[in-house]
Amino acid sequence: MSSWFNGRPLVCAGLFMAAAISAGAVHAQEKTIEKFPGIGRTATAPELKAWDIDVRPDFKGLPKGAGSVRQGEVLWEAQCASCHGSFGESSDIFTPIAGGTVAADRKTGRVDSLLPGANQPQRTTLMKVPTLSTLWDYINRAMPWNAPKSLSPDEVYAVTAYILHLGDIVPADFTLSDTTIRAVQQTLPNRNGMTTSHAMWPDPVLGAAVPRPDVQGSACLRDCKKEVAVKSFLPDYARNAHGQLDTQSRVLGPSRGADTSQPSSQNLVPKTAVSPSTVAQAAPEKIAKSGLDNAGATAAVMTLLQKNACVACHGMDTKLVGPAFKAIAQKYKARADAVNYMSGKIKGGGQGVWGNIPMPAQSVSDAEAAQLAQWMASLAP
Amino acid sequence: MLSRFLQRAPENFLNREQIQAVRSGRRGFLASAVAAAAGAIAADRAAAQGDPAILNLPAHSKGLGQPVAARGYGLPSEWEKNLQRRESPGLTRVAQSSVSFAPLQGLFGIITPSGLHFERHHQGWWDIDPSQHRLMINGSDDSLLKRPMVFSMDELMRLPSVSRMHFIECGANTGMEWGNVAVPTVQYTHGMLSCSEFTGVPLRTLLELCGGDFKRARFVLAEGADGSGMTRTIPMSMVLDGQVLVAYGQNGEMLRPENGYPLRLIVPGVQGVSWVKYLRRIELGDMPYGTKDETIHYVDLMPDGLHRQYTSIQEVKSVITSPSGGQVLLEKGFHTITGLAWSGRGKIKRVDVSSDGGKNWRAARLEGPVLSKCLTRFNSDFVWDGKPAFFQSRAVDETGQIQPTYAELRKVRASRSIYHNNAVQSWALAENGEIGNVQLV
Repeated sequence: MSSWFNGRPLVCAGLFMAAAISAGAVHAQEKTIEKFPGIGRTATAPELKAWDIDVRPDFKGLPKGAGSVRQGEVLWEAQCASCHGSFGESSDIFTPIAGGTVAADRKTGRVDSLLPGANQPQRTTLMKVPTLSTLWDYINRAMPWNAPKSLSPDEVYAVTAYILHLGDIVPADFTLSDTTIRAVQQTLPNRNGMTTSHAMWPDPVLGAAVPRPDVQGSACLRDCKKEVAVKSFLPDYARNAHGQLDTQSRVLGPSRGADTSQPSSQNLVPKTAVSPSTVAQAAPEKIAKSGLDNAGATAAVMTLLQKNACVACHGMDTKLVGPAFKAIAQKYKARADAVNYMSGKIKGGGQGVWGNIPMPAQSVSDAEAAQLAQWMASLAP
Repeated sequence: MLSRFLQRAPENFLNREQIQAVRSGRRGFLASAVAAAAGAIAADRAAAQGDPAILNLPAHSKGLGQPVAARGYGLPSEWEKNLQRRESPGLTRVAQSSVSFAPLQGLFGIITPSGLHFERHHQGWWDIDPSQHRLMINGSDDSLLKRPMVFSMDELMRLPSVSRMHFIECGANTGMEWGNVAVPTVQYTHGMLSCSEFTGVPLRTLLELCGGDFKRARFVLAEGADGSGMTRTIPMSMVLDGQVLVAYGQNGEMLRPENGYPLRLIVPGVQGVSWVKYLRRIELGDMPYGTKDETIHYVDLMPDGLHRQYTSIQEVKSVITSPSGGQVLLEKGFHTITGLAWSGRGKIKRVDVSSDGGKNWRAARLEGPVLSKCLTRFNSDFVWDGKPAFFQSRAVDETGQIQPTYAELRKVRASRSIYHNNAVQSWALAENGEIGNVQLV
């Protein structure tokens, strides 16, 4: 494979002699290669190893390794629980990982709580996932959320084992490895819960080939129904839930945005004209909802809060995963070094002051940490 | 005739008070409002001579304007700031794994301005240095291609390119409305939809350069370079017929960072999650990959508790973008009903429009061009007599698929799914001119 060093492709018809494809296809490929000399080079083995990280449902691509439920628990508390909750419940913030499955599901491979009428508020990961490879692959490539691809294979095995234990799929003393993983696959609660029997994949190779879509509309043009009645509409209390709509439509043309700050019946009360000078920028709604805008937050602080996803875990007034911003301000208001202390916690993270769920260290500059800390200090009553 | 001139405020916009006056037919009130604002003498002169917007020459007619290149990259008018992509409050918790919706209510034609293109990021967006970006192509085993290859952006951009116009729609577009009306405007009901001209190289060309075994490799894995390492299984038939592109261009310039700069996959007609952004790797495979977004998300829950997996094609769909939810019509009389239609199966053949809630339908005019797997703009005339109306549109594609009503869709798929809601949208026009999002029986 020396040819890639000079950046030239291997142009060699003999390379294709062993190809198990039709002569026509071989011919087309040869022509393509002849046509584009100097484009692309052969990938090296270390390059392939660095990037080819996917693990298929048949576990092709799975690296050797092992991790226990116990090891996974430690990793989980340190790196996962801040978002997913100590027991994978996490329903207030992120989609829950565990829950909604029972022992009978592990026998049948179908999750009963997915049936209509089941009293199951949310579909958890373990209720849906049919392939264990998916969990391993995704944790390995994308978790933890703010430091993806930082876990070793053994750590990925351990975290996966802990999740499986949260779902009662493996016992507390279990070790998941490249050899034990296949047997566990055979007990996944929803392993038989998927179908490819539909017409929304264009090739006939996937599952049963279904030629026609399952839903078809009507072509009726005249007197298609007798009555028209409104079955569902937006309730009055939600009228302004997406912000003032008259700032979300163009200020010329056949219509204007509705003034949703007023009830519809009073919509025609005279108000100042909408002009560019009074147009509000797109509000960071989640923050506005938490009341940050009322607290006099600067735009810069709001940007920082959004950029670093602080509001994923901290509300203005209420505890989410972590304490409310106002509660933090209240706690440290008597400290002379409150701003320094809080910027240190933002940058360095911490655990134990507000509970067992750790606050991860944030990748912000000293100046940004100080800015956030000053803003928090200003919230103290 | 004179009073018609006076309906417009001097800056050519109606304020809310004037809108009310027009709607209530109190045109004399408007004349007096202008008189109060401009002074009785000026108003008398205006009334005698015509529209002040014509009679009083504005500053831009009597002064020197801005120089060239005052803004090296042009921006929309200051008057257009209302049209922005926006998040739907409460839909997602974290802005790095969220959606912003395109303001369809204010867009014309079929091309989405790149700065208003909807966003869906799974782990935040990046502005990647293109000189350091690579595309790798390999196989799930060595026998699926002759040699794994690496391409730089420079090399990809030397290859013959194609430019094609296609829509991209998130599989979860309109997903909040499966059960009930949940959001007020077309931006939030249908705004995970955009359409661009994309420029790039057919993926088939690159696979041929690698000597791919197209008989055995029936699937393609596409993988992103960002933290989420987004992976999706792509159907090989679409690669082989040249539809799937490895694209760097969007609307005449490079892709925007939010849309995958410098390289993304284009999979026409297929849901947006498969158009992998920051594309770093393509793998040929002999089985589908069961990735996170093919098992835990982007699966359609059916009434029997089974999830449909690898549902990819976006079925025939349309929506009226004006008049639409959250807008207020200013006046009675002539209006144009306009909207967008699209199908992941090909061209739009026909769009019907109803203004009586689906009792009677009439064919809308299709504005050209009508392209395969691309947005199609439709128009229809409407004269508003001040009475309530229910607007609906219904698209038919070239394969004969007809957009279903909610009743027709729910009869088969119930209402617990999140994905692939292509039901007919209804907008209710009230006597006060306000338009609301409704679902009808």
